[in-house]
Amino acid sequence: MSALAGFTRALSAGKIRVVDLTQTLSPEFPHISLPPEMGQAWPFRIEEVSRYDERGPAWYWNNFSCGEHTGTHFDAPIHWISGKDLPQNATDSIPPERFIGPASVLNCSEEAQKDADFLLSVDWIRGWEKKHGRIPPRAWVLMRTDWSRRGHDPVAYQNYDDTGQHTPGPDVDAVKFLVAERDILGFGTESIGTDAGQAQHLRPPYPCHYFMHGAGRYGLQCLANLDLLPPTGAVVIAAPLKIRNGSGSPLRAIALVETA
Amino acid sequence: MSESISGSKRKNPILRTRLPTLPPAARSRVALGLTAAAALGRFELQQCRDCGMVQYPPREACQKCLSVRLSWTRQDDKGELLAATVLHHSNDLFFRERLPWRLGLVKLACGPTVVAHLHSAAPPAPAKLRVAVRLDRAGQAVLVGLPDKENVNMADDRQLREFTCDPKHRKVLVTDGKSAVGQALVKALAAAGAELIWVGHAEPWKRLPGFDELQKLPQVTAVPLDVTDSKNVREVAAEIGAKVDILVSNAELHRTHGIAARQGVEAARAEMDVNYFGLLRLAQEFGPAMRARGADGLASAVAWVNLLSIYALANFPPHGTFSASKAAAQSLAQCLRAEMRPAGVRVVNVFPGPIDDEWNQLLPPPKLAPASLAAAIVKALREGVEDLYPGDVAQEWLERWRDNPKALERELSS
Repeated sequence: MSALAGFTRALSAGKIRVVDLTQTLSPEFPHISLPPEMGQAWPFRIEEVSRYDERGPAWYWNNFSCGEHTGTHFDAPIHWISGKDLPQNATDSIPPERFIGPASVLNCSEEAQKDADFLLSVDWIRGWEKKHGRIPPRAWVLMRTDWSRRGHDPVAYQNYDDTGQHTPGPDVDAVKFLVAERDILGFGTESIGTDAGQAQHLRPPYPCHYFMHGAGRYGLQCLANLDLLPPTGAVVIAAPLKIRNGSGSPLRAIALVETA
Repeated sequence: MSESISGSKRKNPILRTRLPTLPPAARSRVALGLTAAAALGRFELQQCRDCGMVQYPPREACQKCLSVRLSWTRQDDKGELLAATVLHHSNDLFFRERLPWRLGLVKLACGPTVVAHLHSAAPPAPAKLRVAVRLDRAGQAVLVGLPDKENVNMADDRQLREFTCDPKHRKVLVTDGKSAVGQALVKALAAAGAELIWVGHAEPWKRLPGFDELQKLPQVTAVPLDVTDSKNVREVAAEIGAKVDILVSNAELHRTHGIAARQGVEAARAEMDVNYFGLLRLAQEFGPAMRARGADGLASAVAWVNLLSIYALANFPPHGTFSASKAAAQSLAQCLRAEMRPAGVRVVNVFPGPIDDEWNQLLPPPKLAPASLAAAIVKALREGVEDLYPGDVAQEWLERWRDNPKALERELSS
């Protein structure tokens, strides 16, 4: 039996579970906010075109608008200045096989609960590898924080005070380590930003954007349901919309998990 | 002292809400000159430029010398009540529902003798009194005889309240409570006796100074409201729309660019989304409920206030895209005014000069303090003004614009 025939058979037999890693796109879901003088990404907005009425008697449909970086979304290398001149760096030019990869799920939920500004370090990753094995090449590394559970509460999800946003993310060395020594496909988080909320104060600012995209790797943000994934063994499919020269895109991220 | 109306008496919910009716609205084009003055809260009558005779009612030619050179000019509002009467019968639907109705014959100091609606506290004839020009529920100018001196609760007069939009005992929605102007408005409306004030706030994760403090006012209830989100506006209107007596549309987005100083259209589009489409969304969702309550007793739906800008009249190029969005909003507000008028709900357009806020930081004084703007809006509601130009800068620009719009365009762009 071919690999794909075996796969579809396992899927229909329930031996492979599909986990939705996506938050629902809605106007209420928090969106990235920059200082007001800067350009702003559109939040998700939806306007009814017709709903079985005089505007279109037998059909219901909407127009929606949003920025490339809205809801659960994919970051392409061209998003950051460090990745702007790389080949195959935009949503339309990334080879599609890169959208699929094994997942290493790093459970930092306890740390994030204690400290919203928790930074993932190389030591922490090495500790995880002792228990779960070395992160394989071309893997999606997903930082589980259970932050997605705050998704229904925009204030808690954004977690602003008068010094800005407080959300967990990787530190500078952890990003360098994942790129240079583990050759990962990309890094995913549950909050807004693959970087921590206070990452503008790291050196360099926004290290996950700077180094990850500078090395042609990808980002996934606002992920959900990472608590339903095993530490290793899941496969993530995260294909952005094919926007010409797009810097990112909202997407339906899913994971495949083998049931015991 | 006038009798105070009671705000505590609740509506009997088993009785039908009466449909709005309007007083007679037909006016000649000349007579609309009085409406134009009333819209600004000014007491103006036609005066002959040849013989000086003051005219009333409005006419094409001087009743003394037949000159057609008549100009609307400000007049002394003092007069003497010659006779008063009380109507107990009317075939007009509007007055029929509001009987008894007091009327008087007043000899104005400036000349003409006029028939005026008469405040209940105006003493019996003969007596000195003041005559004001007011807009009625049909949006047309009428004359109202008022007591010579202000007295407590004067604004509570049942007849006078038909010509004003007093916030006292009314329920108000202020669409943005996070801005300095919004916060000043909420405080001024609370001080003016508004019974309940819903205060909209967008992007709840952004905590801005003063908003928490505002929520301590007993009249205030915060509602998440983002005028760029149609679904949210629809839901808020569904929740409270049938209770809102005065809607203050003050949410605005102000960036300080012309065309050349900012790449792309995103900042300008965001301004349009709040300043123009925001008003459209509010009007579509709150308009119908407010129109249905135009005659809902002494605390009926009564007014819709739009925070526009003096830049709606003529573009201020350093804030060029903001000006354009406010011009668009003004045009839409005129449409809203036409659609609200059959219900007797007044649309008050406010045209401030530069407000002393974050986005006018680099403009030199004089700038309008948010508290002064809020006080002017409350006063306009109490006096039934329809077009408000608060502060010296706005007043000066209005006069310049009326005198010569082209000259103002050149002055603003130099």
